[in-house]
Amino acid sequence: MPEDVNQNLGPEEEELISDRRYHRTFIASVLAVSIVAIIPLLIMTGTTYRQYRTVFDAEMTRPMVRFTTNGKQSLESFLSEHISALTMVIRERSFEELQENRTLERVLMNLKQAFGGFIDLGVIDEDGIQLSYVGPYELEGVNYEESIWFHEVIMRGVHVSDVFMGHRNFPHFVIAIRHDLGAGHQFVLRATIDTDVLNRLVQSLVIQPHGDAFIINRDSILQTPSQFNGDILERSLLPGLPHSTQTELVELEAQNGESLIVACAPIERSSFRLVLLRPSSALPTDWLNLRRELGIFLVISIILILGVIIGGSVWMIRRMQEADRLRALCYHKMEYTNKMESLGRMSAGVAHEINNPLSIITEKAGLMKDLLQLSDKMPPREKLVELVNSVIKSADRCGGITHRLLGFAKHMQVKHENVDLDLLLREVLGFLEKEAEYRSIYVDFQFPELQPTVSSDRGQLQQVFLNILNNAFAAVDDGGHIVIGVTHDGANMVAVSIADDGIGVPEENLARIFDPFFTTKKGAGTGLGLSITYGIIEKLGGNITVESTVGEGTCFTVTLPKGHTVD
Amino acid sequence: MSNTTVLLVDDEEEFVAVLAERLEARGLMVDTAENGEIALQKAESKGYDAILLDMAMPGMDGTETLQRLLEINPDLQVILLTGQSTLGQAVEAMKRGALDFLEKPADIDTLVSRIETAATEKTKLDDQRIEQRLSDIVRKKGW
Repeated sequence: MPEDVNQNLGPEEEELISDRRYHRTFIASVLAVSIVAIIPLLIMTGTTYRQYRTVFDAEMTRPMVRFTTNGKQSLESFLSEHISALTMVIRERSFEELQENRTLERVLMNLKQAFGGFIDLGVIDEDGIQLSYVGPYELEGVNYEESIWFHEVIMRGVHVSDVFMGHRNFPHFVIAIRHDLGAGHQFVLRATIDTDVLNRLVQSLVIQPHGDAFIINRDSILQTPSQFNGDILERSLLPGLPHSTQTELVELEAQNGESLIVACAPIERSSFRLVLLRPSSALPTDWLNLRRELGIFLVISIILILGVIIGGSVWMIRRMQEADRLRALCYHKMEYTNKMESLGRMSAGVAHEINNPLSIITEKAGLMKDLLQLSDKMPPREKLVELVNSVIKSADRCGGITHRLLGFAKHMQVKHENVDLDLLLREVLGFLEKEAEYRSIYVDFQFPELQPTVSSDRGQLQQVFLNILNNAFAAVDDGGHIVIGVTHDGANMVAVSIADDGIGVPEENLARIFDPFFTTKKGAGTGLGLSITYGIIEKLGGNITVESTVGEGTCFTVTLPKGHTVD
Repeated sequence: MSNTTVLLVDDEEEFVAVLAERLEARGLMVDTAENGEIALQKAESKGYDAILLDMAMPGMDGTETLQRLLEINPDLQVILLTGQSTLGQAVEAMKRGALDFLEKPADIDTLVSRIETAATEKTKLDDQRIEQRLSDIVRKKGW
């Protein structure tokens, strides 16, 4: 039987070691430990990443700025070289000389040889009429009076145009210089320059791979072809390029979503701006390696940490589960031991109680035998019937006692049912009736008129009250009083008080009275009785309190949930 | 042996009544007492050959009753009736001067034979006592 008891834990114990509860604990523990372990790792890795990134970014942008500045200087010197050359021509040659195509042709040839890029050369008078022209087209006599560039060169003295197709149908730009002849007269020397020279210069600035370099004008129109951002004379695909007067570095997002680092520098004396760009993803291999190593380190660390955490938590939860199970088992065993102890104590009383009717049965049966044997006459019928009835009555008495005992031994599992408190208390008291009689202990019942029922477990309640009453019996002297009172406690509870006028419990012991193994009966008690009583009442959803005064007595009050009213 | 007088002390009236009837059917003279006090009164007023005493009784229990009976007359032959639960007390009581003990429910023939033994013992003691008294008188009178 003890084995049986151990295996069959009650529903409360099952609840205590239910999987759901452990699952929650497991998740909470894994989350908490993971957060504590992984967040610092992430922060550290993130910081390292950012710092390296800054270093590498600086390494990437520095050459861009340098290239752009160099490119700007080259372009500016290219322009000023050409402007100087034309200025020199205009100063060395007279207006009349320049109107002669022969002279102009020689000048153009010299310029081509010295600088390259010159395509044609023309002289235009103050009214915008082309007076002379050398070059691949027939442009003599063309009137430029309405052209914007003409107005500008008249106003400013020097003009560098945007790149355009013009009559010539290939990309070029114009440098024009005004020369004052005195007395308010002036003329303009105009040269067309092939953009090839610009293109070559700009292309040499491209940072490979995936880099790009080009020139745009004020309106973001491409002045040289770009590898990725549109063809010459198209609008640049890059939005929001800076217009500052110095070399500037910005990060932009291209139309395909790619992140770019863009350097932009204005070219003096023109509307040109030199643009260099490279995708920020085109990072150096070192950086890529480092990033990969960091990533691998992070992933492996997280896997290891999570593994250890999950493994540890599983182990911990298993241990917890095992400990809880053992505890439940232990408690169960303790409860069982207490029950056996109560049974042992009871059995002495019960043996005596059974023995009395048994003796009567024996004697009555013996008397019948005597009547039949000792006399030859048939004994009177009524006498025999009376004796047999008496035997039956005594046997019934025995039966009642054994039933009560069996009822107590059953019900190890908690089962809620409506229990009639009056009946139950009287049953329990039945076990102690003889002791009460012999020791002249007076037990008084005080019940309310409406007999209360409680929703509880009959067997467990029997044990609770037997434990408390046993204590009361132990506390009182012969001839003592025990008062059992039942009152309603609020709408949902019933309070049972068991008061004795015994020796009482000192205050220092009162606090420990429900502790396991706390006993003052040296050698006589296990100290489990009241602790188990307490456990059972908690389990039944009730409550137990104790008040005591030394020398005056002790009162235990048990509150229990009221039963459902059955109509 | 006829005219053996027995006092039956037990709180279970029904048991006492039946046992008395059975013993009387076997030629014994039976008196009953339902508790210790009554037993003491009866023992004081009359000398019994044997006393059957139940161990477990309300009020004065068997042990105390035995002690006080022997105070009245140390020659009293007391046979204890006991259940399982009071066996230890019965053995203890034997050491204090009880003649014998029997477990309830006892076999009637055994019981009768024990009572006879007790009566014989009592008679022997009574005889000794008379002899003693006679010899005392003889010595005193100087016969």
